[in-house]
Amino acid sequence: MNHFIRTFAAAAVLAATAGSAFAQANVSVKDAWVRATVPQQKATGAFMQLQAASDSKFVSASSPLTPNVEVHEMAMQGDVMRMRQVQSVELPAGKTVELKPGGYHIMLMNLKAQVKEGDTVPFTLVFEGKDGKRETVEIKAPVKALNSTAKPAHAGH
Amino acid sequence: MNQEIPTRRVSTARRAFVLSGAAIALGALAGCNIGGPVSFNGTDITGADFGRDFRLKDPSGQERTLADFKDKVVLVFFGFTQCPDVCPTALARAAEVKTLLGPDGDRLQVLFVSVDPERDTPEVLGAYTAAFDPTFLALYGDAERLAETAKEFKVIYQKVPTGDSYTIDHTSVTYAFDTDGKLRLKLSHSQSAIEYAADVRKLLHAA
Repeated sequence: MNHFIRTFAAAAVLAATAGSAFAQANVSVKDAWVRATVPQQKATGAFMQLQAASDSKFVSASSPLTPNVEVHEMAMQGDVMRMRQVQSVELPAGKTVELKPGGYHIMLMNLKAQVKEGDTVPFTLVFEGKDGKRETVEIKAPVKALNSTAKPAHAGH
Repeated sequence: MNQEIPTRRVSTARRAFVLSGAAIALGALAGCNIGGPVSFNGTDITGADFGRDFRLKDPSGQERTLADFKDKVVLVFFGFTQCPDVCPTALARAAEVKTLLGPDGDRLQVLFVSVDPERDTPEVLGAYTAAFDPTFLALYGDAERLAETAKEFKVIYQKVPTGDSYTIDHTSVTYAFDTDGKLRLKLSHSQSAIEYAADVRKLLHAA
């Protein structure tokens, strides 16, 4: 199974980098980053912008850093922050969907080693089109300082 | 002549300008009630019968109470270091608030109370807050002390299993104490560093 996914991923990357008229990746990934950790901190988040050419879903992510990679959604209920795993994130055609602090993020848990600023973290992202066809995109996300904010701070209201 | 000014001072001046602009705008919104009660961006909870004090350890093992931070405005936030989102955002904002305050930043104490005593060791907590600002202090207690403290502060926290790990839902407000150690404000996670800084400044300079 794993072998199959890797082979498929490699093919998808090849197709994406070739950037030719046919086999162009349906989903593009921009501005991916991972929040650095301090020693012995076991979890962190990854953030990015996703855009699909046709209606799709972001269904899963994996990384060699840890077997425990999940897609989570943060939601505020009153003053309480709640974090939940989600099965997928909808990517309507042409719309940029941001995985960012305050919303969706990729959660890396049970980390074995510190994630240091300046490192890059490889991810395999899996997307699914309306027809059920899966596309795999490989990215390398730079690690930013623990105190990074996604964007210059805006007044949040 | 302007070229002689070091960048840092320019940006401090600019920040102060932005801040005073925000204060003027807020004053205008509030009808600029000169001589009236001070209006805050956060919720004024002066006289609250909760959040009176805590007794928690800092990463060096020293017991701390509010009295240790007298003459400073204290911001208290409850969170945990495995939190990918709200907690680092809150601490990054607190660091920005300190910068926005300029010289007054020395009279601000930011406290981060761990709701995850199981995983947040003193070592992790110390390194974590220092990554945002070396003056920020993490505090922790055992499960029982944490439960008491959370109750006193009307903070809830709840473990949520995920995979073979867990995350923790928790109250995301920041409490502000005045320089006499009295609870004054409840600030929301949706408010900006500029709004926080304006409130802290008012608490520092209130008669």
